[in-house]
Amino acid sequence: MTAKNWAKPAYISKMRPQDILMPVAAGLCCKPGGFHIDPVRPVERAVITHGHSDHARPGHGAVLATQETLDMMRLRYGDNFARSTQAVAYGEEIRLGDIRIKFHPAGHVLGSAQIAVTCKDTCIVASGDYKDAADPTCAPFEVVPCDVFITEATFGLPVFRHGNAADEVKKLLASVALFPERAHLVGAYSLGKAQRVIALLRAAGYDTPIYLHGAMEKITRYYESRGIALGDLRPVKGMKKADLAGTITLAPPSATSDIWTRRFPDPVTAFASGWMRVRARARQRGVELPLVISDHADWDGLTATIEATGAGEVWVTHGQEDPLVHWCQTRGLTARPLDLVGYGDEDEGEAVPAGEDAEA
Amino acid sequence: MNRFAELLDRLAYEPGRNNKLRLITSYFRETEDPDRGYALAALTGALSFKHAKPGLIRDLITDRTDPVLFGLSYDYVGDLSETVALMWPKAALPGHNNPPPPPLTEVVTTLRTLGKTELPRQLARWLDELDETGRWALLKLVTGAMRIGISARLAKTAAAALGDKDPHDVELMWPGLSPPYLDLFAWLEGRSEKPVNRDPTPFRPVMLAHAIEDADFANLDASDFVAEWKWDGIRIQAVSGRDERGHIQVRLYSRTGEDITKSFPDLLPSLHLPGAIDGELLVLRDGRVQTFNVLQQRLNRKVVSPKLMKEFPIHLRAYDLLGDDENDLRELPFIERRVRLEAFVKKLDDPRVDLSPTISFDDWEALAAARADPASAGAGEDAEAVEGVMLKRRDAAYLPGRPKGQWWKWKRDPHIIDAVLMYAQRGHGKRSSYYSDYTFGVWTKGDGGDELVPVGKAYFGFTDEELLQIDRFVRRNTTEKFGPVRHVVHEPDQGLVLEVAFEGLQRSPRHKSGVAMRFPRISRLRWDKPPREADRLETLERMLKTVQ
Repeated sequence: MTAKNWAKPAYISKMRPQDILMPVAAGLCCKPGGFHIDPVRPVERAVITHGHSDHARPGHGAVLATQETLDMMRLRYGDNFARSTQAVAYGEEIRLGDIRIKFHPAGHVLGSAQIAVTCKDTCIVASGDYKDAADPTCAPFEVVPCDVFITEATFGLPVFRHGNAADEVKKLLASVALFPERAHLVGAYSLGKAQRVIALLRAAGYDTPIYLHGAMEKITRYYESRGIALGDLRPVKGMKKADLAGTITLAPPSATSDIWTRRFPDPVTAFASGWMRVRARARQRGVELPLVISDHADWDGLTATIEATGAGEVWVTHGQEDPLVHWCQTRGLTARPLDLVGYGDEDEGEAVPAGEDAEA
Repeated sequence: MNRFAELLDRLAYEPGRNNKLRLITSYFRETEDPDRGYALAALTGALSFKHAKPGLIRDLITDRTDPVLFGLSYDYVGDLSETVALMWPKAALPGHNNPPPPPLTEVVTTLRTLGKTELPRQLARWLDELDETGRWALLKLVTGAMRIGISARLAKTAAAALGDKDPHDVELMWPGLSPPYLDLFAWLEGRSEKPVNRDPTPFRPVMLAHAIEDADFANLDASDFVAEWKWDGIRIQAVSGRDERGHIQVRLYSRTGEDITKSFPDLLPSLHLPGAIDGELLVLRDGRVQTFNVLQQRLNRKVVSPKLMKEFPIHLRAYDLLGDDENDLRELPFIERRVRLEAFVKKLDDPRVDLSPTISFDDWEALAAARADPASAGAGEDAEAVEGVMLKRRDAAYLPGRPKGQWWKWKRDPHIIDAVLMYAQRGHGKRSSYYSDYTFGVWTKGDGGDELVPVGKAYFGFTDEELLQIDRFVRRNTTEKFGPVRHVVHEPDQGLVLEVAFEGLQRSPRHKSGVAMRFPRISRLRWDKPPREADRLETLERMLKTVQ
């Protein structure tokens, strides 16, 4: 994107927003502060919103993030994932030259943050991934008033309405009751979604053991170590097939349609994802029990949040940019798609690391 | 409506028949009258609402949403009802608690009486009251386009299971019942007597045959059996009866009890005497039976034009007589029914209805010879429409289902070719972790020498053990992946040869190879055979000539 396209909005007198944050190949770059937000390539100084692997990558010089995000990066990439790290708490302000940055809860996963970048009087909020729905496993989303709001658009179409996640869990439990001789396999992204589904099951009164695919154990135990109670969890590895009848097992989405599933008695394949709202998407994946449970804001959540921030300008990134930009414009807001590459959608992307089929 | 919507939603994703049955039965158990009765009506296709057209639904949504957002959404979702269900903006009712969603009964009874002009407002009100799944189910229900893979038969079987009854009994009384089926559910729950069917043209559950194996003959005495040709058409039941005013009513049923009367109006006048014939629907031209491929032109037609009826004259070949006027013949031995059938067909005296001839034979060897060469054993010029022979015990009563040892089918040997596995795709349900759908090809001359051209797809015929072996082979020999489809190595010296059995061949401009197989299945894995020795397209083309 060239500077020419970034015409100067009339209401900003001193600093144009694009002088503060600018999309470049490595990600969102803050030149005056000398850092990148969620860079997709190794950079000198990185500010990370949350622990999902498309946002939190290894190999940076210095990393600034919440304690949880730093811990998750360490779990995934080992102790040497960056040269130096600094943990920041929600609400704490950090100064980098003329720039002030502040982390606010994003409600996406444990430790996820929106990053408010302020230079003089102009405040830009890079929200990373967020959801405004209740989630017992992370701090609730906080609306941050700002001049420019950078929003994701994973579910940026009005057909995405996620409803109440507790009702989806009821659907799962009804199926377990109806098919007591079958195993229920729930595909759920291993960082965040899985723990949320477990917490929802517990909240619904399900107190028997829940089984875990090997790829979920580390991160789930980490959640527990941060004080999130998830009840009796057991590895599915080593269980006898017959003993898995009537049980619930959580696994990374890709595992639920592979050889690994043959250890279960006549499994019912469920998948917890916002994509499950659209039938063709669910059928394409061979899902028998779609559960509409999302860690991203739905359409109503996106539009309500944009309005609540009071931002006059909205930058829309990864997902369905066009519909959301269109909606902003019908509301008289300045809006443009932000050309960032390298951010995926975790539900579609997660592959089980090689070898885990065998050991899980 | 919510509970019904949940049921439809779950059924739409459930691939297994038994699991579908359990879902439906459990719905019937947990749902009260008359809601469950209207659900049964919806699942059996007994409801239709003439005013609810897709255009009306499109108008409703365009009045309420931004056209750009609707367009983008519809493109993404691909289904109008679903798009509308998902993006429907609920009307805010200030100072008002949300009204409860309408019960299914209210929806059905209201729709029956509502005029065309009142429909849009009523639909909009319901859409406001329902959630996403409820709106989807409502729109599927009113437009009649359910497409959730449930046959009427399956829904009736699920109802029967509620009272541990035989589905055939439900089928028998079905034509006399009407929504919301209070009498049916009362009987199923043991609260009242069995409903009586006053329908003059009821369907009678069909008797079916077991496939005979070589080993079976040792225990069977040829003199206990009558043999006849197994015609390659559509098995039907043609029922005539007198209504209350004494007029003859005729109905044609498929072997599963679906009413197919409307598809064959040209046959109805021929069935002018009260009775129930079990027979085969065929196309006859100049007295000659045409192949199944020809008959296919008459199937699944919405409109049956005079041209179609003239070009594909329909014919009934009678196997059995289940009812003769008021008399139920099903308890009689087969040979006695046969005598009644011969008399009945003679009395009908109509060129469109004839008797299926019996085959005379003294021992199994003689019958084997007849089966191998139907043309010389009485089938004459119609031999190509013979699928095999049927054996019926002389003393067999007409029993529903597939009773042991009464009727046997002895099909002609299928056609067989050796083809090469080219692509594999994952199956569904139980098979979703297996590559169980196979596309196979044969050799033909291409621009750069011999190449494989796909000639068909098969997903059964192999044993569970063989499935494991093929699955392993596919995973180890994948050359490319396209979504759920894997390209499997298929070179002259590398690849897997599949022996494919099939029942017939027809020309098909839609297939690259120009031929399409009927009922193909994997009969053997030829690990011993290198792909270069698999069959060629020319072999199939030669078969095509002899078959047609």
